[in-house]
Amino acid sequence: MFNFLQSLILRPLLSSMIALRALRRNKLRSVLTALGIIIGVCSVVVMVSVGNGAQVRIETEVSSLGQNLLIVFAGNRRSGGVNSGLGSASRITLEDAHALKREIPDIAGLSPEVSTNAQAIANGKNWSTTISGQAPDFTTIRNWKIAGGTMFSEREVRSAAKVAVIGSKTANELFGPVNPIGKSVRIKNTPFVIIGLFESKGAGMGGQNQDDQIVIPYTTAMKRLTGDKYPRLLSIQVVSADRMETARQQITSLLRQRHRLAPDDVNDFNIFDQKELSDKVASISGIITTLLGAIAGMSLLVGGIGIMNIMLVSVTERTREIGIRVAVGAQAGDILMQFLIESITLSLLGGTIGVLAGVGISKAVSLFADFQAVISPGSVILAFSVSFAIGVFFGFYPARKAAKLDPIDALRYE
Amino acid sequence: MSGPVIQLDHIAKVYRSGEVEVHAVRRATLDIQRGEFVAIMGSSGSGKSTLMNILGCLDRPTGGRYLLDGVNVAELSRAQLATLRNLKLGFVFQSFHLLARTTALENVELPMFYSKPLIPLRTQRKRAIEALKKVGLGDRLGHRPSQLSGGQQQRIAIARALVNEPELVLADEPTGNLDSRTSIGIMGFFQELNDTGITIVMVTHELDIASYCKRIIVMRDGLVISDTPNESRRNAGEERLKLDTAEQNANLA
Repeated sequence: MFNFLQSLILRPLLSSMIALRALRRNKLRSVLTALGIIIGVCSVVVMVSVGNGAQVRIETEVSSLGQNLLIVFAGNRRSGGVNSGLGSASRITLEDAHALKREIPDIAGLSPEVSTNAQAIANGKNWSTTISGQAPDFTTIRNWKIAGGTMFSEREVRSAAKVAVIGSKTANELFGPVNPIGKSVRIKNTPFVIIGLFESKGAGMGGQNQDDQIVIPYTTAMKRLTGDKYPRLLSIQVVSADRMETARQQITSLLRQRHRLAPDDVNDFNIFDQKELSDKVASISGIITTLLGAIAGMSLLVGGIGIMNIMLVSVTERTREIGIRVAVGAQAGDILMQFLIESITLSLLGGTIGVLAGVGISKAVSLFADFQAVISPGSVILAFSVSFAIGVFFGFYPARKAAKLDPIDALRYE
Repeated sequence: MSGPVIQLDHIAKVYRSGEVEVHAVRRATLDIQRGEFVAIMGSSGSGKSTLMNILGCLDRPTGGRYLLDGVNVAELSRAQLATLRNLKLGFVFQSFHLLARTTALENVELPMFYSKPLIPLRTQRKRAIEALKKVGLGDRLGHRPSQLSGGQQQRIAIARALVNEPELVLADEPTGNLDSRTSIGIMGFFQELNDTGITIVMVTHELDIASYCKRIIVMRDGLVISDTPNESRRNAGEERLKLDTAEQNANLA
């Protein structure tokens, strides 16, 4: 039992002592060798945590576009192929919109949208902004909160009232710190009364500012500003995530029926699922994270080869030392253990410093970038155990070479 | 045990380099008893170093039988040979073979690192200090080989050879790199050691070094050509005195 304990614990402990002494004797070289692993581990940790952080950021952004969102818009007319029949012009009409909302119970909210860019004039200033015609459901569908005043009502939509709800950025440009509610804004010579103010959402994807907009009833927008007879698209919120597919099918069949499409006709409209986008974005950013991690992993491999290189040099350089040790009674196993522990120590040292540096750099990135790097314990543990494995793997060959040396040749080696 | 420490029976060593066979040692047959102090002499290429390596279990003979302390060395595994070297043999080399950038103390501790059963670290330290005191280096424990003279380095090597209390000390040209005054000092150590009962086998090509030993074996072309007791054995202490007097006279003149 005691013998067993000796060979399992005390022997390796002694070997570690010898190994540590050897590493201490060559401080600069040890540090430089570990540097390969430090950089490798550090870049794995940074890449993965920054990648994860970016992914989380993108996902929250996509979901801020609205929950369970379907967007219906008119399809392109097919040129060539099947000739579309009379009256199948690719349009989504307001009647379509009303029918959808009336007949499909899974639709929680629906907003026909028209939009244009126009100069808004108020308070003696003018500002070019997006004018968006929407239904009252717009706030719930697109996740907008009202900071002051109210959203316009269904009645104001029906009467094509000249009322507007204004984005925080636009309000700031036109009115500065003054409360805009109750004030008047002129858009294309039509005066609108501002009845509400949106809460700020911050910059959206692609850098366009979501807070720079004026939302008015779609009826007013079509009649007064754009002259459109049809909405550009319909934003539809489905009651819950698990009803998305049913809702989509119901919308499809109702629109096909209303557009009088034959069973073999292709849809003359498109339904776009917000979830599809977010899934796609998530999978792309996942791929990018994996790719970055793989590149970083490559540098870990290079670091491992660096360790092997230095260990081989070290074995050659210390041939006489090995000879002396063998002459005074070291077993092949003792020598193997000594060199293996040296390489493992180097790589674990590198791993530890690398993880610390990686976490530090990730935190620094979080300070400067507009997203939080997410340090996953998984990547830290992975990087650490990989560096250990590298120590064993790349240390084994040189260590075995050392252990196999013939004592006489080793002693004579100059 | 009372039998001879070393029994060689027709030991041969043949090196093969391509087509050519080199007979480094041929038919060496000799016994070395406990407490002997043997010099193996010969010019370079006579096979004395090869024989020494075989005695030290660093090399295996290609023919014949070698019993060390009654054990047939040919039957031992590499690991068992390592244990044997660790516990029964002490080595002293011409070029000292100390670990560079390692303190005297750590150098002397080295064999105990590999001892089985394991020696507690505190005991290792204590024994290493004792061994260094015995060779007169008790005040140089923390010095590195590069900070010490050749004679001091060789004394560290002797301390290392003695620390595991071996049956047999093997010395390969121990004075080869030292001046004559230091050589006499080292030989004095060996004589003192031998007086305490430790068997010593030493390889040298210098007759005046061999003359401190009790028995002289001469080799040529791999053969033992003479094996005689040393009638006119010199005493290192007396030689030292003679040298001192001679030097004083030279200074006076």
